Amino acid sequence: MTIVLTETSNSECVAAPSTTDLWLDADAVTAATGWTLKPEGFCKDDICVPTPADAENYVADGKVNVASFWRLMDRPAAASKDGDVWFLGEGATERNDALLSLEAPDFTLPDFSGKLHSLTDFRRQRVLLITWASW
Amino acid sequence: MDADVEAARPWVAEASPTFITLIDQNHLLSSLYNMVNVPQAVWIDEQGRVVRPTETGGSIDILREFDPEAGAFKPEAMARAGAAKALYMEAVEDWARNGADSRFAYDPDAARQRVSRQTPETMLAHAKFQLGRHLASLGRVVEAEALFTECRELHPDSWNIFRETTEKMDTGIAAGEAFWGKVMGLGEKQYYASIDMDGMP
Repeated sequence: MTIVLTETSNSECVAAPSTTDLWLDADAVTAATGWTLKPEGFCKDDICVPTPADAENYVADGKVNVASFWRLMDRPAAASKDGDVWFLGEGATERNDALLSLEAPDFTLPDFSGKLHSLTDFRRQRVLLITWASW
Repeated sequence: MDADVEAARPWVAEASPTFITLIDQNHLLSSLYNMVNVPQAVWIDEQGRVVRPTETGGSIDILREFDPEAGAFKPEAMARAGAAKALYMEAVEDWARNGADSRFAYDPDAARQRVSRQTPETMLAHAKFQLGRHLASLGRVVEAEALFTECRELHPDSWNIFRETTEKMDTGIAAGEAFWGKVMGLGEKQYYASIDMDGMP
């Protein structure tokens, strides 16, 4: 099994271990990344990235090479030495657009008792989000 | 922002804050909000809009004003740091009372101008950091350390990555030789970037 991580998810997927390619079943791609292969391309929400002319590097036999699409989208993808754990990151452009929109990016994190809190739980209140660390 | 929750727990227990304390073991906020040090802060209004983007949260850079003979920071540096913290807290309180009418809350254009940008390298650093964190949790420490080394090179301005991933002293504080070497090499750069606030030293 290959572990596919994003900032908000952790999925076990069937994939041949590789540090350059991450071929996943189309259904598994959606479950692991939120992106879906459609006739018009690789899509999430209202964004669709058309499959390039060398389609065989992106789509084959009902599988999607997520690593190729990630590179195409200028998003960081990092693999473990054996290619059995992947992290699919967010792109700088998308992140900066989000920061410049001034809409505070939502997140969900636990407190010390394990209870989860989301930023959106605090709508209608002013929030001072301030960091600290022991180190 | 501690990978090791147990390292943070006694500090937070002792401070027993009245506000909610969240644990960000994977430094998700560094990636989402482009944070590079602690304390950094973001002010978010009732609609979830940022009115002060990520900035130093009440500290100023006095690190290079340490007096080794006295074993302490120079008194004038301590006084400046104390004044900066008090001023920042007054600003937070003013915003808490007055909201959008507070002179410390930026209008959208002013807030946007102060947003610092991620780059492909910093986002790759965040990806490798989070991959490294996962591998470390699986016991693959050597592989994780190699990734952390890459992260520090990809995002040299991130003290969060540097201090989390370099050697800690017995106290748990990452303030050993490597830390001070990097601080002394800052040159014109600041350890805590100055913020735009009237009266802030």
